[in-house]
Amino acid sequence: MKQWIAFWNIMLKDMQAYYLKPPNISWGLIFPIAWTGMFFIRSGSGLDNVLTLLPGVLAISILFGTTSLLAVTVTFEKKNRSFERLLLAPIPLELLMLAKTSGAILFGVVNAFVPIVLATFLTDLSQVVWTTMLPAIVMIAIASTFLGLFIAVSVSEVFEAQTFSNFFRFPMIFLCGLFFPISSLPVFLRPFSYLFPLTYGTDILHGAIHGQNMLPLSLNFPIIAGFCILLFYVSIKNIHRKWIV
Amino acid sequence: MEIQEPVILSHDKHRALIEVTELTKKFDNVTAVDKISFAVPQGELYGFLGPNGAGKTTTIGILTGLVRLDSGTIRIGGLDCTKNPKAAQHLIGVVPDESNLYPELSGFDNLCFCAALYGMPKRERQTRAHELLETFGLTEAAKRKFAGYSKGMKRKLTIAAGIIHRPPILFLDEPTTGIDVSSARQIRQLIAELHQAGTTIFLTTHYIEEAERLCERIAFIVKGQIVKTDTVANLLQPVQEKRATLISVSNSTNDLCGKLAAAFPQLEFQTVSLEQIQVESGGPISIGPLVRFIEEQGAVVTEARRIRLSLEEVFVRVTGIELDIMRKETEKGGGSL
Repeated sequence: MKQWIAFWNIMLKDMQAYYLKPPNISWGLIFPIAWTGMFFIRSGSGLDNVLTLLPGVLAISILFGTTSLLAVTVTFEKKNRSFERLLLAPIPLELLMLAKTSGAILFGVVNAFVPIVLATFLTDLSQVVWTTMLPAIVMIAIASTFLGLFIAVSVSEVFEAQTFSNFFRFPMIFLCGLFFPISSLPVFLRPFSYLFPLTYGTDILHGAIHGQNMLPLSLNFPIIAGFCILLFYVSIKNIHRKWIV
Repeated sequence: MEIQEPVILSHDKHRALIEVTELTKKFDNVTAVDKISFAVPQGELYGFLGPNGAGKTTTIGILTGLVRLDSGTIRIGGLDCTKNPKAAQHLIGVVPDESNLYPELSGFDNLCFCAALYGMPKRERQTRAHELLETFGLTEAAKRKFAGYSKGMKRKLTIAAGIIHRPPILFLDEPTTGIDVSSARQIRQLIAELHQAGTTIFLTTHYIEEAERLCERIAFIVKGQIVKTDTVANLLQPVQEKRATLISVSNSTNDLCGKLAAAFPQLEFQTVSLEQIQVESGGPISIGPLVRFIEEQGAVVTEARRIRLSLEEVFVRVTGIELDIMRKETEKGGGSL
């Protein structure tokens, strides 16, 4: 019970101190709106194509929202040593990091609903399989947040967190099948697509929104879950190795 | 100010709450802590005194689980923390050498958050936070962001955060470094009150007077090794049996100290500075012959006064570290007693 009080308060503190701050709320709104506007309206394919673009816009909104904030906040707390407070608390490191990431996961899920709400004004979403899409959104948010954690643990400066984030994020926009199918990529690039969790999350979204997924759900969900476990495990290992010297 | 009693772990006052054996830590080729062993009984205020870089903060880091040990054993509150540093974290409070609370949270929210990390229920942590803010004279600043606090206020709130869960064992790392005289005095008074209330305290400092005033036992740590540990009374005994006089001179020659030592072999002479000589003896010191001798050497005695030998002399004799080094560190830290 005591550990859950700590868990809940770490999450609340992060929401209060970082995610619910006006600049981040506006980031959480403006960023998905900008992506939505850019791809839905300016893609040249008109509003008929909203359903095929929505998975990519959703995925990119979650990816950028979660990785940006988590990587920066964790690095900031490490830099000003307030992270030591958490390391001194009598809770297991795994639970502590889950608490630390849960705020970002929620932020990512909320981010996803901005393009969904906008899409409801532009197209008919009645064919969307929500029971598949909602778990996919949560899984993409978890995987992206853990990618942010992996980045945060790998760097020591806040600016490094941003640049290192982009090292992963920008290739993912092109390689993960967000706005065009992986099959249209040059052959030599295709294997790289399967190295990113976003590929599998986006594929689930494509299936749930317009029924054109590349891999079966029974493969996509376990693979993205595997990526989440791997990224979290490696991050915890790195914290032990690099922060508790 | 009123400090509440911590949780009592045992009614056996001689039971060691911190037991360290052969603790060693290396950073690359530098040995930061070199096979140190000590035990701190329940309720004791134990001081680690040494210059910067002696290994004080590293020792606290290892004991609290922030730094991994290379070898040795640690028991805290009877729990083996050698392989599981988290085993005793519920028993300890830590005040680091730098105030590390959350700049974007208010003083009150910071305390409530720190209490929540130890699983304290909401109502209890709010009551406790208000109590501590009052104790530390920070009630008026309770709603202000921590980032806007002065250094002294930050230090006080950091100490309050360290004791919010009433830990029976408290680690204080250089608690008065870098803050003004008045705040440092208040903090020392609070530490003394915590000690009186029964908290076992492990204090590191490079302020000799602070260690002398607060601690029951002191370990001198130099280059990662404990060179001497004893009670303050026992450490002071050799120098307190001596009498000492400080003579101020002008127009002094370089070898005046040597000439005095040759002329008065029953006395001990030390050059404190270019214009000050310290004379020590096991018995009374006749000042007349000394003044006459110095003036015969062409120097002028401007003042001669009896002084009380303090822990500084003991520290210098035991460690070989010149007082000037410690004083410069005190000045650098901005500390004052």
